[in-house]
Amino acid sequence: MAEGVRVASSGSAVAAPATAPLLGVRGLQAWYGESHILHGVDFDVGEGEVVTLLGRNGAGKTTTLKSIMGVVPRREGSVIFEGAETIRLASNRIARLGIAWCPEERGIFASLDVEENLMLPPRVREGGLTVAQIYELFPNLRERRRSQGTKLSGGEQQMLAIGRILRTGARLLLLDEPTEGLAPVIVQQIGRTIVKLREQGFTILLVEQNFHFAATVADRHYVMEHGRVVDMIPNAELDAAMPKLHRYLGV
Amino acid sequence: MQALFGQLLVGLINGAFYAMLSLGLAVIFGLLNIINFTHGALYMLGAFCAWYILQSVHIGDFQLGYWSSLIIAPLVVGAFGVLIERTMLKRLYKLDHLYGLLLTFGLALVIQGVFRNEFGSSGLPYDIPPLLAGGFNLGFMFLPLYRGWVVVASLVVCLATWYVIERTKLGSYLRAGTENPALVQAFGINVPLMVTLTFAFGAALAALAGVMAAPIYQVSPMMGADIIIVVFAVVVIGGMGSIMGAIVTGFGLGIVEGLTKYFYPEASTTVIFVIMVIVLMIKPAGLFGKEH
Ligand SMILES: Nc1ncnc2c1ncn2[C@@H]1O[C@H](COP(=O)(O)OP(=O)(O)OP(=O)(O)O)[C@@H](O)[C@H]1O
Ligand SMILES: [Mg+2]
Repeated sequence: MAEGVRVASSGSAVAAPATAPLLGVRGLQAWYGESHILHGVDFDVGEGEVVTLLGRNGAGKTTTLKSIMGVVPRREGSVIFEGAETIRLASNRIARLGIAWCPEERGIFASLDVEENLMLPPRVREGGLTVAQIYELFPNLRERRRSQGTKLSGGEQQMLAIGRILRTGARLLLLDEPTEGLAPVIVQQIGRTIVKLREQGFTILLVEQNFHFAATVADRHYVMEHGRVVDMIPNAELDAAMPKLHRYLGV
Repeated sequence: MQALFGQLLVGLINGAFYAMLSLGLAVIFGLLNIINFTHGALYMLGAFCAWYILQSVHIGDFQLGYWSSLIIAPLVVGAFGVLIERTMLKRLYKLDHLYGLLLTFGLALVIQGVFRNEFGSSGLPYDIPPLLAGGFNLGFMFLPLYRGWVVVASLVVCLATWYVIERTKLGSYLRAGTENPALVQAFGINVPLMVTLTFAFGAALAALAGVMAAPIYQVSPMMGADIIIVVFAVVVIGGMGSIMGAIVTGFGLGIVEGLTKYFYPEASTTVIFVIMVIVLMIKPAGLFGKEH
């Protein structure tokens, strides 16, 4: 399977990467009860990269993020973050290592106001954004900080869901379809945010259905089908890969 | 007039216990999704702890009594709560509500059975602590000091609990955990520990109520079984999972019960259940509950 673009090959036959990727996923399998959903997922995300997972509905993208985060009922294989195996850790321990998750359904808490939602995830490391910086990224949130979390519009809730994981100091962000169901202006704002975060050195694993959007923010794209990664496309080669991508995604 | 105020006070006292017990039930139900039938037994254990301490716990020549029981009994019963949660309830979270209900119901019967075997079913007297003996003449009624203390202390405890849950950072973890424990844990919070401590807190609150009840109702193995039925009705009326709802409904129904005793004594034992039926018909989620 393809190595991360930033990982220099040593040139020898057994290409030992000069630097290990920030996140290395190998043979990842996951189950919900009896249903076997992931059948050996392999991919890498290098430090500072923005990498997407593309794939049809039900391909297992969300389940992959959940398995990295440790919130599926059963998982096997290997997920190495900063050189440490995390497959046997509980999700709170994984979060403490510096991985943060923005779930597909956003997970804004109705019984918390906007600021409480923002402050909920504990700081796990130095170097997170300050609340002022988050309000600068998403000024709407400042205006509505005393509102009930779920009273926000869909776009504002998405901003809150992203904003609250930026405070924690986590360096790897798992974003699950942050543009789903949002108006084009909001999609653009989220796109600009992702680019800004990348400039600030965050590493981002992004699940997307909309590869036009993905192309504007990402370095590389992994394609998932039936619980496996079946292809990797560097963003620079995306145009050339369009026909095959259309086939993968069935669009 | 005297009699009316007398019944009002009795109602307030009962309401104080309903409030403290239904508060614990609501907090536990919110986070653990378990209807805790051991709650009455834990209340009874609190009272027995206080009784035991008064009988036979000395430090040197100093006889420990009511005041130290207010601290020790909740700690002991809270620790027992930790044991119950860690060894038994923990295994049931993935299953239907019903299993937790059956387990706690059975456990309550066992605990009460053991105590009835040991102590019989008649009550053991527990004296009012000397500091709170006597009372005031308020002009329109005589207020026994101890009863005034119970009302004030339980109000303070309830409001403090409300404040911590609704207004602090710690409370925001609990509220969020009640909605979506998996996500809260994925943010780095040790949710299993939070669940254990929440159950222990509910147990401790029940025990505290038990200690405060000892001088009023006497100490008996079935004291919890009697009150918990009413408390469940209170919780149904108030709506599961609402903190302020549990407090307001607890005190409110105590007062309603007291007033009924004055105006129409025949209905005093059933009035709460009648209200429960009416509320269930008009607003099934309870007065303060959120409709889903
Ligand atoms: N909680 C669950 N219990 C059982 N099966 C599930 C559960 N969640 C997802 N699945 C199944 O797992 C498979 C993969 O789902 P997943 O949500 O990972 O797909 P996805 O690639 O994120 O799709 P989408 O683009 O629709 O979000 C699907 O077949 C789905 O039906
Ligand atoms: Mg998905």
